[in-house]
Amino acid sequence: METLTLLQHYWWFLVALLGALLVFLLFVQGGQSFLFSIGKTNEEKSLMVNALGRKWEFTFTTLVTFGGAFFASFPLFYSTSFGGAFYVWMAILLVFVIQAVSYEFRSKAGNFLGLKTYDTFLFINGCLGPLLIGTAVGTFFTGANFAVDTANIGNIDAAAATISHWTTPWHGLEAVLDYRNLSLGLAVLFLARSLGLLYFLNTIDDATLCDRSRRALRGNAIAFLVFFLLFFVSILFATGWSVNPETGIITPEPYKYLHNLLEMPVVLILCLLGVVGVLWGLALGLFTQSRKGIWPAGIGTVLAVLSLLLIAGWNNTAYYPSLADPQSSLTIYNSSSSEFTLSAMSIVSILIPFVVAYIWYSWRSINRKRLTHTEIEQTDEKY
Amino acid sequence: MNLLAADLGAVVDWSRAQFALTAIYHWLFVPLTLGLGFIIAFMETRYVRTGDEFWKRTTKFWMRLFGINFAIGVATGLILEFEFGTNWSNYSYFVGDIFGAPLAIEGIMAFFMESTFIAVMFFGWDKVSKKFHLAATWLTAIGANLSALWILVANAWMQYPAGMRFNPETARNEMVNFWDVLFSPVAMNKFFHTVTSAFVLAAVFVIGVSAWYLLRKREERLARKSIKIASIFGLIGAVCVIWTGDGSAVQVAKYQPMKLATMENLQEGQTHAPLSLVPGVEIPSMLSVLAYHDTEAYVVGINDLIEGNPEQGILSADEKIKRGQHAIETLAAFKAAQKTGDTAAADSIAQLFDPATEAGKTFHNDYFRYFGYGYLQSAQETLPPFIPLIYWSFRVMVGLGIWFVVLFIWMLILEKRNTLGQKRLPLHLALWSIPLVYIASQAGWVVAEVGRQPWTIQDLLPTVAAVSRLESASVQVTFWIFAALFTTLLIAEIGIMVKQIRRGPSDK
Repeated sequence: METLTLLQHYWWFLVALLGALLVFLLFVQGGQSFLFSIGKTNEEKSLMVNALGRKWEFTFTTLVTFGGAFFASFPLFYSTSFGGAFYVWMAILLVFVIQAVSYEFRSKAGNFLGLKTYDTFLFINGCLGPLLIGTAVGTFFTGANFAVDTANIGNIDAAAATISHWTTPWHGLEAVLDYRNLSLGLAVLFLARSLGLLYFLNTIDDATLCDRSRRALRGNAIAFLVFFLLFFVSILFATGWSVNPETGIITPEPYKYLHNLLEMPVVLILCLLGVVGVLWGLALGLFTQSRKGIWPAGIGTVLAVLSLLLIAGWNNTAYYPSLADPQSSLTIYNSSSSEFTLSAMSIVSILIPFVVAYIWYSWRSINRKRLTHTEIEQTDEKY
Repeated sequence: MNLLAADLGAVVDWSRAQFALTAIYHWLFVPLTLGLGFIIAFMETRYVRTGDEFWKRTTKFWMRLFGINFAIGVATGLILEFEFGTNWSNYSYFVGDIFGAPLAIEGIMAFFMESTFIAVMFFGWDKVSKKFHLAATWLTAIGANLSALWILVANAWMQYPAGMRFNPETARNEMVNFWDVLFSPVAMNKFFHTVTSAFVLAAVFVIGVSAWYLLRKREERLARKSIKIASIFGLIGAVCVIWTGDGSAVQVAKYQPMKLATMENLQEGQTHAPLSLVPGVEIPSMLSVLAYHDTEAYVVGINDLIEGNPEQGILSADEKIKRGQHAIETLAAFKAAQKTGDTAAADSIAQLFDPATEAGKTFHNDYFRYFGYGYLQSAQETLPPFIPLIYWSFRVMVGLGIWFVVLFIWMLILEKRNTLGQKRLPLHLALWSIPLVYIASQAGWVVAEVGRQPWTIQDLLPTVAAVSRLESASVQVTFWIFAALFTTLLIAEIGIMVKQIRRGPSDK
């Protein structure tokens, strides 16, 4: 494999890994979506918010890093999708902005909007964040309405010099019309909610909240499985887009994603391990008194999402098919940064294990005990 | 297409407005985070060294204000990052190969450091050792400033594109030297100028809040000690700001002469150029000294850049437009040759874009360096808008900067004489300096960003060719949503800050 091709695959792997970690960390959003159902009293809500609040920045940071890494490694995607599916990305940004401040502001005196408004912000972010991200990611498989021509930059008429443009006036909102995108959005939402419940079980020391979490888990786990299966099966039987790495020509290929799984056995194993992990974690929460379901479910989520994103981009696949002009579809070959830039960033990526190590060490050092009402009452640093 | 073309000007204006809105709000919160992080770290170091509970209480008080301010900076930062794609999609592709890397490195190197250790800083007081907690506080401050490094490197690169070459195959600029991007003189200067100005802002904030306590005769020890630390920190910051500000003037004169001319509203270029303090009041030859460290140096004026000045070897804007058009049309010819399979023609044109060849060097110097001008239609479009805004913003920034230096020295003298708190005037002035330091800080960015218009990338890509193909109505909708949201959140933040300050550190 040529160096550039290798780097393109490496960076797709890193972007996919960040995306997978992001989906796992959406348990924060999932947990927020229960603020008005599991949390009945202000004390209970406070316990839930403080349990989630110690992790919200990781979700946020992973989202920012995911965006930055995607920009740096595949700038044509950044340019095409963000500038085209404008309304979708703006909606995602909006629901994340209201989250960030809500933790810090909700319980502080003089907060202008009142506790209930900030909790509503958290609830909105909890529901819409995973739903919108999941629906947007669905278009990696189902395609989107855009056309790309880099030669346009050679037009002195600035209005005609646009490299990529969207071909519908809905700027991405049309993605909800495809049931597969919506299924993935709902699957991510219910997965995030299930992970949120498993996180509560693991982190909060309160019998009532834990009991309610276990009861809520059943319906959410079933909803997740139904929507995920609907998406997964429909994708396996769908026609995907294949790229010839020599010519760059993009052609339809029936069962493309099924082929990708079978032709990349390591990814298939990752996918199966991921599914087993998620099911195991959910089963621990549903059928045993164990509080550790978040671990297998979390690791399983990362592996399953990673394998899904790998079959979207690896094995000569168009990871962002264009419904308007198939030859405009984005592949890891035609949308990546140069070999020099990918190499330079690859050197920086050597730091990632070090970053993971200090995150792990720091988390362990401050999360040795489960969170209790007493701790919240006694601490002066709370959300 | 016609409708889109007619709407283009409005799309550019609203996209610029949206980006400016987000950047302005972002910069209301970030500088306090950058500077206060270090002030807190100094205070906690005193606590760990002395074991005196006073320092722990003081650290925790300022840390709480740090926390209130932190989240909204993070939130607005997320929007800024994604707006490069949503509103400036052509830009994202045209220079994404260079510009994206600092953003990715920022995420990997800085954001995770900041977000990991801030959790230890806030929730780890009774859970980790004193030394680990202190390390976490320092790492939070360093992480925040490291993230500033990468985004400022990216911003500096837009003002002074270095370490790259244009690839006609991909029709974009590509990085060829990472160190030239990171250590470009503009990048280093911009980084130190900006972060040290943030230190000044944080110092004035701490002094102002402490002054309020002294005026109320509350928390006197905390206030006096805080003023002392902040004044020293602020003074060091201010010296760096002045030093790097001098460097900025030299660089702007060299790389962005139109910005310098508009900062001074200098219509006609001249030797012995005077520095205008305010209209009608000038220091002779001072502008020549600031820009070139030479009293006799010729400083380029607005008319030189519009109409050209052969004596000084300056091309007119119309000539640059023609040359830029030629560069763009050469790219179009390359693309057309590729499309028709005329490899001989394509290879021959590709040579022009290769600076390693003689033909490439000539083409670069004569044509490609004016590439962005080719998208402009008239010489007037090369002028930044709102020249009086740029002129006055510069004066507000510098004038207030001088006042903050005076304030820091005054506070240190009062502290040394043990008279801090006895005279009310300096305390009132210190308190009222809080809004002023925010105005100065914003004014600096106005000079830097409005002053470089119409360029997103100096001379290579104007805003009109960088913008996404959207309808202006779409951008208006998001502009007003963000305007309302940010303003609401700002009101909330100020409300919480004021309550927290009134309550004071005694509140548990």
